[in-house]
Amino acid sequence: MAIEDDVVVVGGGIAGMATALSAAREGAQVRLLSHKESTLRHASGLIDVLGYADGLVADPFEAISGLPEEHPYRTVGEEGIRDGLDLLDSVTDYAGGHTDRNALVPTFGGRIKPTARYPKTSASGLASDDRDSLLVGFETVVDFDAPLAAERLSADVPFDARGVTVAFLGDFRTDARITRLAHALDENERIERTRNGISTSLPARTALAERVKPHLGDAERVGFPAMLGEERPGEVIASLEAELGADVFEVPMGPPSLPGMRLETAFHDALKDEGVRTTSGNPVVDFEGGDELEAVVVERNGAEIPFYGDQFVLATGGLVGKGIDSTRERVSEPIFDCHVPAPEDRYDWSDPEAFGEHSFARFGVETDDELRVLDADGEPEFDNLRAAGGVLGGYDFAAEKSGSGVSLSTGVVAGRIASEQVNVNP
Amino acid sequence: MATDADVLVVGGGSTGTGIARDLAMRGLDVTLVEKGNLTHGTTGRMHGLLHSGGRYAVSDQASAEECIEENRVLRDIASHCVEMTGGQFVQLEGDSDDYFEEKLEGCRDCGIPAEELTAREAREQEPYLTEDVKRAISVPDGAIDPFRLCVANAADAEMHGARIETHAEVTDVLVEGSDVTGVEVRHASGPGKRDHAKPGTTEEIRAEYVVNATGAWAGQLGDMAGVDVEVRPSKGAMVVMNCRQVDTVINHCRPKGDADIIVPHETTAILGTTDEEVDDPENYPEEGWEVDMMIDELSNLVPILRDSRTIRSFWGVRPLYEPPGTGTTDPTDITRDFFLLDHEERDDLGGMASIVGGKFTTYRMMAEQISDHVCDKLGVRATCHTADEPLPGSHDFTLLHDYMEEFGLRSPIGRRSVQRLGSRAEGVLTSTDPNPVICECEAVTRAEIQDAIEGAGTDLNSVRIRTRASMGNCQGGICCQRMASELHPEYDEPTARDALDELFQERWKGERHGLWGEQLSQAALNYALHATTMNRDGDTENIDFAAFDGGNRGD
Repeated sequence: MAIEDDVVVVGGGIAGMATALSAAREGAQVRLLSHKESTLRHASGLIDVLGYADGLVADPFEAISGLPEEHPYRTVGEEGIRDGLDLLDSVTDYAGGHTDRNALVPTFGGRIKPTARYPKTSASGLASDDRDSLLVGFETVVDFDAPLAAERLSADVPFDARGVTVAFLGDFRTDARITRLAHALDENERIERTRNGISTSLPARTALAERVKPHLGDAERVGFPAMLGEERPGEVIASLEAELGADVFEVPMGPPSLPGMRLETAFHDALKDEGVRTTSGNPVVDFEGGDELEAVVVERNGAEIPFYGDQFVLATGGLVGKGIDSTRERVSEPIFDCHVPAPEDRYDWSDPEAFGEHSFARFGVETDDELRVLDADGEPEFDNLRAAGGVLGGYDFAAEKSGSGVSLSTGVVAGRIASEQVNVNP
Repeated sequence: MATDADVLVVGGGSTGTGIARDLAMRGLDVTLVEKGNLTHGTTGRMHGLLHSGGRYAVSDQASAEECIEENRVLRDIASHCVEMTGGQFVQLEGDSDDYFEEKLEGCRDCGIPAEELTAREAREQEPYLTEDVKRAISVPDGAIDPFRLCVANAADAEMHGARIETHAEVTDVLVEGSDVTGVEVRHASGPGKRDHAKPGTTEEIRAEYVVNATGAWAGQLGDMAGVDVEVRPSKGAMVVMNCRQVDTVINHCRPKGDADIIVPHETTAILGTTDEEVDDPENYPEEGWEVDMMIDELSNLVPILRDSRTIRSFWGVRPLYEPPGTGTTDPTDITRDFFLLDHEERDDLGGMASIVGGKFTTYRMMAEQISDHVCDKLGVRATCHTADEPLPGSHDFTLLHDYMEEFGLRSPIGRRSVQRLGSRAEGVLTSTDPNPVICECEAVTRAEIQDAIEGAGTDLNSVRIRTRASMGNCQGGICCQRMASELHPEYDEPTARDALDELFQERWKGERHGLWGEQLSQAALNYALHATTMNRDGDTENIDFAAFDGGNRGD
């Protein structure tokens, strides 16, 4: 007996999970195949829809019509984006849904960035809120230098930001991982402390609040690097707020990003609830089929295992997620070898300026208006293969701040169409 | 305002810092000026080979003998900069037997310990060598860190009273009558350590004697003094791999040719090189085909290179020189000897000499000879001690301590710090507490970064070459920001930001040549991390905050 589903989604990032959820909610039996850790642990956990077009964007929906033709948003339209955000809101308790407007969230480099949805843990930190802020960093958490970030932030925002660096609690190794420290706060582990020769122990959250209190001053809100608990950040924040008498927020960080990992967990729970079958840990290496795709083949311990389906969605990510690959000579899509346009000379793939107009940032497959993947002649590569998220070309998610928005919206639309096709051809 | 020195050395590469150390140790009052950071020119752009002399054992036996002599000296005085990897001259099927025999004999003639290896022995030592190996010659080639070496020379010169000024570009050579009396320099920020935010100043430095040790740039300095120094700059491309595919230096045993050496260097392997004359040492084309050729040719020796990850490429310029009238057309035929041009003898201009040509491995010997010349000119009687006195970091460096427990670091990190710092490890690593890891790829901790900032100010590229932070697989994507943070609060936010921007751009520039496969994926991640998560590219000035989401208190 073959392994068979209605819709097979390849890729476990936001796009793949949104696709799978969308297809499942439309009634299809869905299989989600993921290979490695998703790139969510590298991402901030913020949901960007469109932060920059011709300059900073306050309302992404107003700016969509000005995007170039090949942009994925032009394919899925405003409705697709709204559907994508609705799906997110059904999965998480993120904030920002009360308005179409972007929020400005301070990040660990001390700059603010526009985003459409943000975790509740970051909600008290918004830059348009004019309450004075204290940023707190830890001596051993080297990604976030709170005094430096505060100085940077103060140049841009309408409030006073101060920063202080404190020692983390207890007897952790100097190079202890952020996840280890977050775990201590989650569990409210008891922390040993010696003062004047007398040893006492305190719960971690209380100990942290005590360390911060002397620095509070006039600040009405306090920002920490995003490591306030892996699983129970709400609880950690509530404890800290009670002890400090001030609002507490998290400043999104780079890898390993706890908000990104929490977001992944929320999606996994939703997928489970919808009955999506998930198979992870092994790569898709091949496929079966002609004009019509019949199966994708997963390699596991040297064996090749086909996953049959009626409809397929490619959501393997871009260059970072390895959904797009390259050699010295060419850029390619490694599973189906779908057409990926790229300049012939590899020096034209990037710009001499670090933040210049990089061609590589736009690498990806082309699709028709139903998100079917197209070959070099503009014909569908397969009748039943669609694409969503980072594997799509024609947009620069980093410069635009549009990564999650494109993944959610194209995922929702691709999942829905795939499911509809199943119903059309049962 | 003018300051005075006995000797002014222009150029902060191996030759310049070597001369400054030598003369300072002899008791002279030395000032060294360098327009970039130390090693900015040719020295920082070499493949890091400590020659055994084997390379020159057929074509240039005098050089070969010098190399093996200095190889032994540097192992002794610069032990913390040297890794004695050993080397092989590999003969492939089809390569000339005669040349192989000549090479073996040449090595022995020059006193280079050389041993013939069968194909099996060669591959036992280096399992990734191609099966087409016929046999090999084993020689005492090594790897040397040119950055660490120059910094140690400069630091020791300073300890002996010298003044070392980086980011100080010579804008004029002062001439009175028929004598050079000094130079005018422009400081990029101010004298002393670099500080990005400060405007520059100029300074006149008078000296009894000026040494032009600017290598490929010697002609430009000569012009300022009104004399002709005809260096023939020749570029060479080098490709940095993400790991050590080989642990010994692999040379292709053939008369000459491009792309015939692989040098294991710290965590990487460096493929080299080409040899092509260029007009201008500063501006010359850096081309993709050179990178491709390096990978394609050397894959014949070590086949896994074909599919390995390339992290960046760089080009260096050799300061080749041959006496006027020699007329060599092929730059690979130009001698690697060095020449001391005494401008008094040559051009009737007193008080200045230029040093051109030469090899990195014999920099100390060159410095000794030049220093002898300078002392002679100044009537100073003093002897050279640079061959006997260890450089800072190489004193009593006999044991590799395991610093895991002492510093709360996991053992490989402690070990690598100690390898880099040598005998300075104890002092540096105990200076900062806590001492977390800043650069994970190269295992560099805060203490090392702080130690480097003390020496280099806000010049993070200079911090980089002292520590190797940002030189690993991620090419600074993760740690550039952390390095810049270490400048604060001693330096303010705009200064730290400028320093970060400069380092990030420098890393980006070299990475572009290797952007495909894994490294393009890494570059896309770095770009995303800095542009997306931090929004370092987006404009955030003069925002109308009321137009944005006011959060749970607003709206």
